[in-house]
Amino acid sequence: MIKTDAVIVGAGPTGLFCAHQLGIIGLTCEIVDNLDKIGGQCIELYPDKPIYDIPAVPECTGEELTNNLIEQIKPFNFNFHLNDRVQELTNKDDNWIVKTTSGKKFQTPNVVIAGGVGSFEPRKFPTKSAEKFDGTTVLYSIKDKTIFKDKSVAIFGGGDSALDWAIELSNSSKVSLIHRRDEFRGAPASVQKIKELSKKKIINLFTKYSIKDVKGNGTLEEIEIKSEEGESKTIKTDYVLGFFGLIMQLGPIADWGLNLDKKTIPVNTENFETNKKGIFAIGDICTYPGKLKLILSGFHEGALAARGCFKYARPNEKYRFEFTTASNTIKDRLGLK
Amino acid sequence: MAKIKYIEHNGKVHIVEVQNGLTVMEGAIQNDIPGIDADCGGSMSCATCHVYVKEGWYDKLPKKEMGEDDMLDQAYEPNSKSRLSCQIMVSDDLDGLSVYMPEKQV
Repeated sequence: MIKTDAVIVGAGPTGLFCAHQLGIIGLTCEIVDNLDKIGGQCIELYPDKPIYDIPAVPECTGEELTNNLIEQIKPFNFNFHLNDRVQELTNKDDNWIVKTTSGKKFQTPNVVIAGGVGSFEPRKFPTKSAEKFDGTTVLYSIKDKTIFKDKSVAIFGGGDSALDWAIELSNSSKVSLIHRRDEFRGAPASVQKIKELSKKKIINLFTKYSIKDVKGNGTLEEIEIKSEEGESKTIKTDYVLGFFGLIMQLGPIADWGLNLDKKTIPVNTENFETNKKGIFAIGDICTYPGKLKLILSGFHEGALAARGCFKYARPNEKYRFEFTTASNTIKDRLGLK
Repeated sequence: MAKIKYIEHNGKVHIVEVQNGLTVMEGAIQNDIPGIDADCGGSMSCATCHVYVKEGWYDKLPKKEMGEDDMLDQAYEPNSKSRLSCQIMVSDDLDGLSVYMPEKQV
């Protein structure tokens, strides 16, 4: 069990700056994110797109913004728990017990949800029949490629993940690649390679087809694919892989007893606390009259939520407002002489 | 200004007037029309404002820009009449446009 003053759910810009504010006022925190890297939507959706509305920064990319925020909280040495997701919150006395998917446990008086539009999850096949094989023979990511050796594999998708795996697995598996249109969004060199492999009949390429049905009694036997004109084909296969990118889902946050308004969490604008004591929501995931989904709003919300956390983390101390320019205590916390 | 007809997957019809310069996605969000999520807020990076454009209208719309089809690959059950509604800019020419919402967005 890790004891900390606050657990931040989400390592996007809002979560990162809230961590900074917690550090400045002398509190500790642990940051959990289910992506494998820090930065949230800035890194996952638009690392190279320029942002023009960060105060005092005329232009920066999502990646630059993330790197600067990471740099800014370095003095505090906060821990990141990446590739992990907060699953369960339970109330114990004046604390929250926070459990993650990987089995980590935190004890904290404060949980700050900075989850954006939720967590990124692989987009799945629309066919209901795919569900019963989910995680065994219908997969959305590859952990151990040796399971496909000498098996037949049907890969769906037109991006780099689909193309790269089709090429890689074609060395030792019978690969079918299925995509909904003629054009691929993967790297041109990979597209070229796929076309060559298809010509040599090493890969079976089906374009303008999508999944219709997944069949098998207990074990997966075959899949049916359909064209838009309604023509269908059957492919015998041992595995089905889908690479349709990531979607954002609220996920377990919906089960924590918080008031919800569509996919957002209503908060007060004094300290961004939710209807549950000690649970705060900041950034895109929170809502209140006049809410703007801007990064700068997330920064403001994080600064106020951090002060809200102070009340529960140090119930016997009075919070003292200080400027970073003037306070020696803050300079110590930042490791400055 | 254009009258746009949004048809939910269950058949429920919403007809609203949308100002020129807004997108078909914004027309839906501003009028609380269900079936269009627009998680990313219109930056063409999420595919949750996916619609099917009514036969006959598809070819009248301004062509897709680079990247839209790449995002549509990730939409729920896309077909040859699929568009991202955040990329369809409303003008007088679009008066009477009908779009159908997919069963779900993700």
